[in-house]
Amino acid sequence: MCGIVGLFLKSRMLEPQLGAMLSQMLGVMTDRGPDSAGFAVYGAGDGSHIKLTLRSNLGNDIDTIADEISADIGGPLASSKRGSHIVLTTPKSIEQKVRDWLAANRADVRVVGAGSRMELYKEVGLPSDVAERFALKDMAGTHGIGHTRMATESAVTTDGAHPFSTGVDQCLVHNGSLSNHNGVRRNLQRDGLTFQTENDTEVAAAYLTWRLRQGMDLNTALEACLSDLDGFYTFVVGTESGFAVLRDPIACKPAVMAETDDYVAFGTEYRALVGLPGVEQARVFEPEPAKVYVWERH
Amino acid sequence: MSTVDLANTPLRELNAALHKLNGQTNDTHWEVRNPLGKHAVAVGVDAPVTIEIDGHVGYYCGGMNKQARIVIDGNAGVGVGENMMSGEIHIKGDASQAAGATGRGGLLIIDGNASARCGISMKGIDILVKGSIGPMSAFMAQAGNLVVLGDAGEALGDSIYEARLFVRGKVKSLGADCIEKTPTAEERDMLAAILKRGGCESISPDEFRLYGSARKLYNFHIDNVSSY
Amino acid sequence: MTAPVGLPRTTPRFSSTFDTYSISEIQRAAATGIYDIRGGGAKRKVPHFDDLLFLGASISRYPLEGYREKCGTNVVLGSRFAKKPIEIKIPVTIAGMSFGALSGPAKEALGRGASAMGTTTTTGDGGMTPEEREHSQTLVYQVLPSRYGMNPDDLRKADAIEVVVGQGAKPGGGGMLLGQKITERVAGMRTLPPGIDQRSACRHPDWTGPDDLEIKIEELREITDWEKPIYVKVGASRPYYDTALSVKAGADVVVLDGMQGGTAATQEVFIENVGLPILSAIRPAVQALQDLGMHRKVQLIVSGGIRNGADVAKALALGADAVAIGTAALIALGDNDPRLEDEYRKLGTTAGAYDDWHEGRDPAGITTQDEALASRLDPVIAGRKLANYLAVLTLEAQTIARACGKSHVHNLEPEDLVALTVESAAMAQVPLAGTNWIPGKPQF
Repeated sequence: MCGIVGLFLKSRMLEPQLGAMLSQMLGVMTDRGPDSAGFAVYGAGDGSHIKLTLRSNLGNDIDTIADEISADIGGPLASSKRGSHIVLTTPKSIEQKVRDWLAANRADVRVVGAGSRMELYKEVGLPSDVAERFALKDMAGTHGIGHTRMATESAVTTDGAHPFSTGVDQCLVHNGSLSNHNGVRRNLQRDGLTFQTENDTEVAAAYLTWRLRQGMDLNTALEACLSDLDGFYTFVVGTESGFAVLRDPIACKPAVMAETDDYVAFGTEYRALVGLPGVEQARVFEPEPAKVYVWERH
Repeated sequence: MSTVDLANTPLRELNAALHKLNGQTNDTHWEVRNPLGKHAVAVGVDAPVTIEIDGHVGYYCGGMNKQARIVIDGNAGVGVGENMMSGEIHIKGDASQAAGATGRGGLLIIDGNASARCGISMKGIDILVKGSIGPMSAFMAQAGNLVVLGDAGEALGDSIYEARLFVRGKVKSLGADCIEKTPTAEERDMLAAILKRGGCESISPDEFRLYGSARKLYNFHIDNVSSY
Repeated sequence: MTAPVGLPRTTPRFSSTFDTYSISEIQRAAATGIYDIRGGGAKRKVPHFDDLLFLGASISRYPLEGYREKCGTNVVLGSRFAKKPIEIKIPVTIAGMSFGALSGPAKEALGRGASAMGTTTTTGDGGMTPEEREHSQTLVYQVLPSRYGMNPDDLRKADAIEVVVGQGAKPGGGGMLLGQKITERVAGMRTLPPGIDQRSACRHPDWTGPDDLEIKIEELREITDWEKPIYVKVGASRPYYDTALSVKAGADVVVLDGMQGGTAATQEVFIENVGLPILSAIRPAVQALQDLGMHRKVQLIVSGGIRNGADVAKALALGADAVAIGTAALIALGDNDPRLEDEYRKLGTTAGAYDDWHEGRDPAGITTQDEALASRLDPVIAGRKLANYLAVLTLEAQTIARACGKSHVHNLEPEDLVALTVESAAMAQVPLAGTNWIPGKPQF
């Protein structure tokens, strides 16, 4: 149970302000989700590198991890620190080596997200504090999604916070409650996917990754959600070039969108959108139940 | 005229002040500034006063309103006018889900669009939407009138009891036990009166179609099993 | 096989699976095409308070004398946020039951009895009647998915507000009242045509989920100027999470109703197969409160199969602040009275088994809207009987508490209990009698 915010920029001019806009939207959703918060931003990147967002789930130091890895497997690896997370930019050619090194030497370090442009940050705490710790307001990018969480059937932990990323440049946030996620998880596990949590949202993220891996495009994969996932859900999804929204057929959980020539925005409540430039003239609408909405960058 | 700025004044103070009003008050005109999407603004009012809210409100604005005339110069969140008893609520922008939910009386006017579940479980309220309404509107609607100048979304009037639904535009689909009906002269007059109260007298009642209960689900029948 | 005359035959044997009840139900379903509807709670045997025993005073623990050495029973409800919390004199309240499900005289009797003993009654799925408000000194007003009769005046007349998410008999189900009980008066209160079968929503119309429940509770507080305690009632299903989320949504009190909790009417299969026995739900709910640092700050009222003062004491020992009774209160008023046996026979049932409350033909005049039948219940006498019963529940609980050395029933704790079976030990998280083994917990 939660608050979701999402922003997809159509206008390049707004890119430097993406983080500031998202940060403001996220703060407004604090009441709905005081337990934890997280966000993913699609910023700078290139095709030959992968950005791995890392976090220690025991709260251990990871500041020098880039140097430690380079010392062992070569480098240099660029790293930037935000709060308790580090983004390690690694050449794609040695990505697997980096992952293997982490698994062998730092089992406490989670790869929270991986992408050519996606960085993902999440933590326990009030949304505005979390945004502050990660300096979201200074981040630039083309699109981003954020989430504030009130945990329902699982504990309040950073692992349980959204967004969930189960694929490269993919992330998903969710407001609602799935009802058949345990069965879906078992099926996905049989097909080789692994899970870190008992969370229903992680199942939804993995399901989409699975469908995309099978070659479906984002639109078709989300259509498949409608047949395979049961319960009440509003999903906001990010991929490298895409931003998507899907509500279940009953659509009890609230969702509001605003679209202008410059951006498409999503908020669980309208008041999350109120600070956006030009929102007074925006087309404001509530997404239809069981309808896939996708925006792609060209 | 009393002005309350919610940027400086706690919501609790506004509602407490409004609750002190009664039929004898001289304080009949209120202006509320900077609602900034707050929830429960002007709820539980029971006095013949006018309250003008300058901006967007969150959930349940005007909840359980009695007698007051509330004007929202902006959009309204979930459940605006929920369980309204009497009076009038006028939204100049759009309304989110469950507008007028379980409303028992009074008039709810929405200049823009209402989204899903408009008039859900309504129990006597009159709702006038000048734009369109979303899916699953008038679900289990028991009494009152829902008037829509635009279109209606899927499953209109599912499981409806005795409420009347007048739609001028297209209805995407009808819910269980909801059928089109021919309005009686009395029903036509009822519609005309609502249009007039909402400032739409130029629109003819004949442009609307009436939807209501087929009454087949009033007592359980094995033959209706597929409806459940 | 057909034996030749004179040889022994095997004894006719009933199937445990296709027992007489199951066979009759299949035949009834085949004849009517509709599910069986009845009132009451789960009738099948499930682990319950009978499986727990108290450890009375011994050499290491000393008892209290009766009378002079007080054993307090009062409970404050709503201390978290309400300006006017409620104090009840006994740790037993009357659960929500609607006018519609019950007759007017029955509701009056409940009010009289509860008020005489300094405790509360609760409205139900039809709204508040003036008689109910008049006869109940302290009245809890339910906010249900149907919102039948909901209005701000009654909200303000109430002493507390109970947002009903569900009840133990049918977690996930809505109210049900059949045509024979939808009289003119009931129909008027519920804005329904008289004589129809009431369909009820199972979800609230204007909120779903704890994040939106929080906003709804805020609205109710604002309407009532933060005066009244707000309860959240759930059927026992996922008690740990439901309790935690109710607290997070801003509840003052959590009401937890087990599967033995009664309903006026719902499908038999729903009652018997959905929801948890109350015994298994209390400890997770208390654990949630303790994990949030809210035990005794957000009060827990449990219901579902409370019959005697030992049940009350056990519920409190497991961590509840109070209990609610529904079925037991009706029995105290006269429901299922053996003196009406002839009438029960005419209805095809027998005293002690009568549960067709939805038909509205109750010979005791309690679960009926028929004026002639309802007039059989004298609300003053019935109220007295309820007061007597409530007094006995309280005295019994005090007796047990004193024997355990407690000067207030709230000082009863899980360590005062042991269990007779492995299941009840695991569910109540108390050791098997004579051992220090709690199934599922590491040995200490």
